[in-house]
Amino acid sequence: MADLTLNDVPRRDPLWLRLLKSLRLLRESWMAMVGVGIIVFWIAVALLAPVISPFPYTQQIPAMVQAPMFSTIPEGFMLTSFTDEGMVRTEVSGIYLLGGDNLGRDVLSRIIWGARPVLFWAPLATFCAYAVGILLGLLAGYRRGWIDDVLSRVADIILSFPVLVLYVVLITQLGQSSINILLAVTFASAPGIFRIVRGLTLDLRNRDYVAAAQTRGESQWYVMFVEILPNARGPLIVDACLRLGYTTITLGVLGFLGLGLPPPDPNWGNLIAENRTIALTAPHAVVWPCIAISSLVLGLNMLADGLREISLKD
Amino acid sequence: MTATLDAPRSDATGTRTAPATDVPILECENLCISYFTRAGEIPAVQDFNLRVMPGEAIGLVGESGCGKSTVAMAVMRYLGGAGRIVDGVIRFKGRDITTLSEEELRRIRGSEIAMIYQEPMAALNPSMKIGLQLMEVPLFHEDNCSQKEAYQRSVDILTKVRLPDPERLMDAYPHQISGGQQQRVVIAMALLSNPSLLLLDEPTTALDVTVEAGIIKLIAEISAEYGTSMIYISHNLGLIWETCSRVSVMYSGEVVEEAEIRRLFEKPTHPYTNGLFGCIPTPKSDKHTHPLLAIPGQLPLPHERPRGCNFGPRCDFFEAGRCDQGVIPMRAVGDGGGHEARCVKFEEIDWSDYGRDAKVFEPIEPGEVVLKADQMQKYYPIYDRSLAAILSGNSVRHVKANEDISFEARKGQTVAIVGESGCGKSTFAKVLMGLETATGGALTFTGDDIAEQGVNSRSDEQLSSLQMVFQNPNDTLNPSMTVGGQIARVIRKFGVEKDPDKIRGRVLRLLDLVKLPRAFANRRPRQLSGGQKQRIGIARAFAGNPAVVVADEPVSALDVSVQAAVTSLLMDIQREFDTTLLFISHDLGVVRYLADRVVVMYLGHIVEQGTTEEVFSPPYHPYTEALLAAVPVADPEVEKKQIILEGSPPSVINPPTGCPFHTRCPRKLGEICETQVPPTQRTPQGHAIFCHIPLDELREFEPVFKTAAE
Repeated sequence: MADLTLNDVPRRDPLWLRLLKSLRLLRESWMAMVGVGIIVFWIAVALLAPVISPFPYTQQIPAMVQAPMFSTIPEGFMLTSFTDEGMVRTEVSGIYLLGGDNLGRDVLSRIIWGARPVLFWAPLATFCAYAVGILLGLLAGYRRGWIDDVLSRVADIILSFPVLVLYVVLITQLGQSSINILLAVTFASAPGIFRIVRGLTLDLRNRDYVAAAQTRGESQWYVMFVEILPNARGPLIVDACLRLGYTTITLGVLGFLGLGLPPPDPNWGNLIAENRTIALTAPHAVVWPCIAISSLVLGLNMLADGLREISLKD
Repeated sequence: MTATLDAPRSDATGTRTAPATDVPILECENLCISYFTRAGEIPAVQDFNLRVMPGEAIGLVGESGCGKSTVAMAVMRYLGGAGRIVDGVIRFKGRDITTLSEEELRRIRGSEIAMIYQEPMAALNPSMKIGLQLMEVPLFHEDNCSQKEAYQRSVDILTKVRLPDPERLMDAYPHQISGGQQQRVVIAMALLSNPSLLLLDEPTTALDVTVEAGIIKLIAEISAEYGTSMIYISHNLGLIWETCSRVSVMYSGEVVEEAEIRRLFEKPTHPYTNGLFGCIPTPKSDKHTHPLLAIPGQLPLPHERPRGCNFGPRCDFFEAGRCDQGVIPMRAVGDGGGHEARCVKFEEIDWSDYGRDAKVFEPIEPGEVVLKADQMQKYYPIYDRSLAAILSGNSVRHVKANEDISFEARKGQTVAIVGESGCGKSTFAKVLMGLETATGGALTFTGDDIAEQGVNSRSDEQLSSLQMVFQNPNDTLNPSMTVGGQIARVIRKFGVEKDPDKIRGRVLRLLDLVKLPRAFANRRPRQLSGGQKQRIGIARAFAGNPAVVVADEPVSALDVSVQAAVTSLLMDIQREFDTTLLFISHDLGVVRYLADRVVVMYLGHIVEQGTTEEVFSPPYHPYTEALLAAVPVADPEVEKKQIILEGSPPSVINPPTGCPFHTRCPRKLGEICETQVPPTQRTPQGHAIFCHIPLDELREFEPVFKTAAE
């Protein structure tokens, strides 16, 4: 056997470089690139909210109630605030670029701050739903037998309820809090993910490499998470992007119904809910938050479509 | 035979009854076909010339990716969106097909040119009765054909392709009949319109050997009887030998050699053709004295073809400056006679002592018994949940996949398990590997009974000493792990090495062992060719120093030239480690070549076992005899007995009583075969045959193969 030098074969690239390289694949689809652009834009907005937000999101100016877009704050307006030294009056000036809402707050600032809870809770809730869905889907698909029967029937039952009813019942019962919304989203989304993962697992478990792992005596967790799951990632990543979009909408809908993330933090759903009574007189106060939600969902959907396109090309 | 078939059709009769005059049915001249993809133009076929005379059967041989199917698709003008004929003409009965309109093409396709594909199930509409599908052909292509006439003609044609009970078949759906019967229906459908040209694209690849033999015979008969011209596309030289009169060998988009069939088989001229013949095991090759000579390297990708001769980089006679200069034309060989080869120096090559310097190995002396199966059984339960079944108490039935499996394998020995699909050979492998557990009997492996131990209850030592090489190269490796990582996992799992650097060193050594570059350690399976993946599969199986390796059809999905390389590699490694190899296969050619002992299975029973020599010469079990006769042999010097088995193997859910083979056995004695399980008759040397016919009588059988020289 030839003399062995370990250095004649380059080691693999580090993980971050490999991730970067796979991200470069996105350039193959303009659709995915536009999607990524929109998503990155909103992430940047959320991160930079304290810097770019023109006004505090709670600042109410009576004169600006339902003010149209590009209205200027009347000159000499003094805002009263209470600190340790007593009442302080400061002069405020500037332009409400997207107009004022029902209480005279700046719609733009509220949208900017509202991106934060949406971009935090929607991915987190989707992630939890995925964790549950993947775990149970792998178990059901790989183990088959009674565990599959039980889990599949439970999933069918959950899926047979209209989603919205499920949310309303769960949140009214559990109480309105961010964690409970997360639980509700997980509970309602996990069965759908479970079905996808179970279906993929049923196919993948018959591959020879799975048999090879079994004949090595690998544990079932190793087989499920190392041999099966990575090979199911294609459809799952696409689905995750779509589902993240649905969750964003769900948060909006819950906010609209008054069951959403609790105040005082503004979030896009709440913005729509608060201003729906003035939708006819000051449409901008409703339309702009709506555009914010739909643009994020559109970005996620475009990314999903682009990813699917790229995966089909190979 | 049937009036309708022979009924003259104005355009077809002229060509059929005419003697082989100078009007060719099909002519391809300087045909160039390219596919246009994102990567640009990919030339699939270049400078292709072909002439098919009436009644002639032309063979088109080549490995996958050589462009043979593209030619067939071009003749049908079925190239699809990406493919285009860039140059040359295809003349069908004098008309240039390349300029015809869609409407004119529709008239020709299916009526004058018919095509038969590899997958019969994909060619038949699963939701339409066979009768209706057949009747469609005359109803569509002929203006004044009545329903009744169409029906009658369909029934006649089914009789013609030797299908039993055609009236019943007309009323069946495709899934209700076997694969061999489906292919016969497809052939019948192609013949219905009485085409003057029949294109057959690997028509038997998806079928079992005994079924294949029947189809091949049918095709040969059709060609003789109707004088239909045929283009037969295959990668199997043996099949071409049995069906065709002329043959074109294709390599990487070009025809490299063309000749009358006997001449090509007796005196192959192009180095590639010679290489192909060196790769196929014939009754004359032998792993010790006449090993297979694999062609080094692999087929170049269409956009990476070398300059000059496409075969240059893999050719032993390559001469820089001559073989890599410009376009190489076809040149006449010897006195001509239509024998041409695309090689600049074929006159200078002396084939007589080529391959003489190949290694000669001493036969291995088998050691102690490593593995012993003793009356092992494996039944799969099937649950019938219908009310009637539960009430009558018959709700559980059994698929008897393995019934009474008894044999031994010794250290260093190669034991082949042979049989057609559904005979239970893969089930046995699963039980042996612990993926299933046996229903009864014993399976002794290095002293322990592992028959009822699944993978979870086996010790690490038992697991590591029993490893497997799988069939499908695309399935055998985890697509999301690097090749090196997968081999390393085995080493780590079985604790062969602990230190990461040592593990890495061992991975690289294993890559050396399977003759792959070390840089492959970082590659992913999709960057590898089928043969390379299979090599990695072998490296993985040997990573844990196994005592027994089970190889389940390890080369059947690979190209001929790659098959030889992988087979020899497997044998070399086995020899080096003194491993016991259980080689599961349906390919008797390969089995004869590499096995020391052979176990022949049929419907879960072992019908014959013995040393390779014993099994391949009389006394035979009648099934072994038929199986041997069914294997196409690409050697003009070997004469073969013809035995065609009727029907297809019966279902394992409802196996025949008595001898499992009695329903198809050409040597059936009578009632005794149907009622009594035959005895296993043994010779003193250990050759065992499971048959009612006495050994002495079986000994009288003529051998299946006869070498002309003898």
